[in-house]
Amino acid sequence: MLRVDVTKQLGEFSLEASFESQGRVTGLFGASGAGKTSLINMIAGLMRPDRGVIALDGETLDDTSAGVHVRPHRRRIGYVFQDARLFPHLDVRQNLDYGRRMNRLATDSAQLTRITDLLDIGGLLERRPGKLSGGERQRVALGRALLSKPRLLLLDEPLGSLDEGRKEEILPYLVRLRDEGIPMVYVSHDAAELRQLATQIVMLKHGRVTALGGVKVLT
Amino acid sequence: MSEISPAEWTAILLSLRVAIMATLVATPFGIGLAWLLARREFWGKSVLDALVHLPLVLPPVVTGYLLLLTFGRRGLVGAWLADNLGIVFAFRWTGAALACGIMSFPLLVRPIRLSIEAVDRRLEQASSTLGAAPWQVFATVTLPLALPGVLAGMVLGFAKAIGEFGATITFVSNIPGETQTISSAIYSLIQAPDGDAAAGRLVLISIVIAMGALIASEWFARRATKRLHGN
Repeated sequence: MLRVDVTKQLGEFSLEASFESQGRVTGLFGASGAGKTSLINMIAGLMRPDRGVIALDGETLDDTSAGVHVRPHRRRIGYVFQDARLFPHLDVRQNLDYGRRMNRLATDSAQLTRITDLLDIGGLLERRPGKLSGGERQRVALGRALLSKPRLLLLDEPLGSLDEGRKEEILPYLVRLRDEGIPMVYVSHDAAELRQLATQIVMLKHGRVTALGGVKVLT
Repeated sequence: MSEISPAEWTAILLSLRVAIMATLVATPFGIGLAWLLARREFWGKSVLDALVHLPLVLPPVVTGYLLLLTFGRRGLVGAWLADNLGIVFAFRWTGAALACGIMSFPLLVRPIRLSIEAVDRRLEQASSTLGAAPWQVFATVTLPLALPGVLAGMVLGFAKAIGEFGATITFVSNIPGETQTISSAIYSLIQAPDGDAAAGRLVLISIVIAMGALIASEWFARRATKRLHGN
């Protein structure tokens, strides 16, 4: 379970969000500028809230009144960025292996095969990120995050930088991923996308939560 | 132009030894400082920045004299090092390396700092969400992506170190075989009545070394751009 209750002032913009989520896939829905990315950056630990609490499965990750702030690398929260952010100096295989190496986990070739099959990236392993299409890059980024064995996966508009055809290409993989059962927070401004993927919706508007509930709040 | 004499060879080899030593010892400090200046905000940062650049604008004879006062046999640091660790800089080739290292430091740090600043911080964030501690982020993302800049800085620093004259001659004098580098050898030769031919040869050699270093530095910088675009 994910519990978020935070405030953050970013220049003129103020973010005040509070929600709890039991859902497997929490859809964070709102127009651009609603504060979605800031919110998941705080969940990832990349940004610190001014005030408030973030807790995951009973573990406190941030609690400003107690001075608690767990650093991003200790959170075991995966993050798929809109712009993929693959490491340009490493090939696809090394990118996929990066999280395992950093966390000093044992090599798990079965898991690697499973993920590369799931995402159809087995044929790309020797390539450099510069030689991948946008859709391929996004799938590798997904695989890289999954292979670091996170307990929660954050996805920030993973289809945002892709055209319609490419979106159709990735969406089935995301559905497969959801059915794998890994908890996700999925950020999008596209209601149709969230209707397909999310099990619970948090609606954000001008830095405030305006609705909470099942996908039917997306009317 | 006739052949290079043994005395000239001694000066050339000593120059190389001094410049290589200066560059190798200065590089880790240069990387650390470049990272601090590129990635951290702290009190006194602009003072530190100015201090790094000081040897570039101070008269070399002043830097040399300050080194003599500090690291000379009776200098505050020099006396302590000599008594406790047996390290002597005064009138030794190691002193020449120290002077060259300090004089070339600004040129070494600058390309490294620029290349660290050019590394996309969003990649460093991605690295930390994958479980990399700050030092791992530096070792596996920042440093590899900045590596061409590090090499460019090393080459530039080396070229500066090999040509350094003012601070070196002030600090460690001009002793053939110990502290007489190419530059101080040229200086001695043009003072002597029949040194023109030998001086000419050494001048030519320093031009070749300097040009080679600039071309290498440019080449590394171009590789840096390519690396950052991931091809």
